[in-house]
Amino acid sequence: MITKNLKTAFFSALLVMAVAYPVLGLKLTTVGIKLEVQGASPAMLWTIVGCAIAMFFWQLLRGQLSSVLAQVPSLPSMPGKASDFLTRPATQRWVILGLVMVALAWPFFGSRGAVDIATLILIYVMLGLGLNIVVGLAGLLDLGYVAFYAVGAYSYALLAHYFGWSFWICLPIAGLMSATFGFLLGFPVLRLRGDYLAIVTLGFGEIIRILLNNLTWLTGGPNGIGSIPKPSLFGLSFDRRAEEGMQTFHEYFGVAYASINKVIFLYLIALVLVLLTLFVINRLLRMPLGRAWEALREDEIACRALGMNPTIIKLSAFTLGACFAGFAGSFFAARQGLVSPQSFTFIESAIILAIVVLGGMGSQLGIILAAIVMILLPELAREFNEYRMLMFGALMVLMMIWRPQGLLPMQRPHLELKQ
Amino acid sequence: MSRPILEVSGLSMRFGGLLAVNGVGLSVNEKQVVSMIGPNGAGKTTVFNCLTGFYQPTSGNIRLDGEQIEGLPGHKIARKGVVRTFQNVRLFKEMTAVENLLVAQHRHLNTNFFAGLLKTPAFRRSEREAMDYAAHWLEQVNLTDFANRPAGTLAYGQQRRLEIARCMMTRPRILMLDEPAAGLNPRETENLKALIGLLRDQHNVTVLLIEHDMKLVMSISDHIYVINQGTPLANGRPEQIRDNPDVIKAYLGEA
Repeated sequence: MITKNLKTAFFSALLVMAVAYPVLGLKLTTVGIKLEVQGASPAMLWTIVGCAIAMFFWQLLRGQLSSVLAQVPSLPSMPGKASDFLTRPATQRWVILGLVMVALAWPFFGSRGAVDIATLILIYVMLGLGLNIVVGLAGLLDLGYVAFYAVGAYSYALLAHYFGWSFWICLPIAGLMSATFGFLLGFPVLRLRGDYLAIVTLGFGEIIRILLNNLTWLTGGPNGIGSIPKPSLFGLSFDRRAEEGMQTFHEYFGVAYASINKVIFLYLIALVLVLLTLFVINRLLRMPLGRAWEALREDEIACRALGMNPTIIKLSAFTLGACFAGFAGSFFAARQGLVSPQSFTFIESAIILAIVVLGGMGSQLGIILAAIVMILLPELAREFNEYRMLMFGALMVLMMIWRPQGLLPMQRPHLELKQ
Repeated sequence: MSRPILEVSGLSMRFGGLLAVNGVGLSVNEKQVVSMIGPNGAGKTTVFNCLTGFYQPTSGNIRLDGEQIEGLPGHKIARKGVVRTFQNVRLFKEMTAVENLLVAQHRHLNTNFFAGLLKTPAFRRSEREAMDYAAHWLEQVNLTDFANRPAGTLAYGQQRRLEIARCMMTRPRILMLDEPAAGLNPRETENLKALIGLLRDQHNVTVLLIEHDMKLVMSISDHIYVINQGTPLANGRPEQIRDNPDVIKAYLGEA
């Protein structure tokens, strides 16, 4: 027993050193135009050695220690009753209503930076809610969701660039374009299941990005498309000076020009889009289509035996999910004023999927909270920027231990038979 | 004499080197209960799978009301009115009993996206009718008290009944039951027998049955087909089958 522990402890300690030394013990510094590898400070090296020794003893005495630790309550797990209360649809609806109230008041009290981050969060909420239709409700693992986001963004960017169309015309077009792409991809792909579907969607996401990168004549390649016009309010621009034939917001209302107005306006558009998404998904859950998605997720064979066409039902989920990504994408393009393929890498897909999983599959409130956490955390912890991925990883591991079902998993709104 | 609704001839199904079903023929008359019996592994469920489009039969003819249906995908055959249950119950376990019945009505509902989004009167009416129809059948199978319970938490016999009710939601012409009495106690089996009789006599459904419970089969069937090792062995009225020496031999072995 003890020798077995000794072996594990020894290798664990070795592993700590093997991992920590290259990551923390070596530093790359630029000297002129060359990179040089330098050793870290002795303090850092001693810390690594200390950690390795700590790991050695932890593994060695694990049996004894864990019995001691068992008496100390470790991670506070949520009591069953509270958890049940929080996941009830009625409760979640009230919390969402409260969040919406806060969101409405937010731009008039928050600073410019705060409103900006909130807008970013809203984009990810929209993406999370859209992906949730595909992953959470219909149970199809989509790893290339960012492709539809990109299609939406580039739809607006290209239409604005070549034809000078406005945001409000392009928004529905972008949604339709993404939906079309979702439909076209879905047709051949949705006969696949589980892992295979994930791989194909992953490939699709990359194909779209690489296409955008290489169709230089159309999309400007890696440079992307710049100076995309911002949305206007019924023809009122939020710039300091309007283009010809347009009026500016501050002149029309006779207020002093303030650049924050533009930021607030963008934020409010994002909020409206999110509310629209929430409304549509809420209705969908109570529609035959929503029920069919759930049934399909549970038992595809039974669905077929009852005369439901699985391909059509899956396709509808895929298309609708893509459509919301298109809306989010065109808004993103309008907000940034610049789109380039770098914004649509795989990591974006991963973050959106992480939001869905972290929030609890299928849960809308969970996704809103998860989006806030996932976007706010890196913003708040700017000084730990290098360790961002490490923090993501740690967060995921903690979640899997503490709440594998996600922050606030969904209790579906059940239709009741009234007697 | 009622007319035949389902006619099958020369049905064969081959899995690689194994000929699971070999030249099976059936002729099922409207509003009858027809049973298919045979020892375990005889290929009865394979025949079901071929008839309902879950397998593509290697050869053979399947006619529903004179229309060829072999080779069609499962959901299309189901839409033509051939609906089945499964040997192992396949309910949507997380959904409540009544929701199981609502899902099954998918095809008959107003699935227009915008109608549902805006809750138009037509949409509300269609949902209400679906609910009423579901409630009606819950009562028929005596599950009204369990309507709002998740289907997975029901007792086994109740799940079996719910599955039959779910099939009825699709307004089938032929109902195919794969061992509906398996795992039921004698009283539940009696109820099942009454239910099958009700389906045939009052709802004009033709029932095709796979079953091992001989008492049930003999008492309810209008016609029986016996299959052994994938090939048809005998067919006839229950009393003919009971006295058929070949059938006795297949079940009990050579004397």
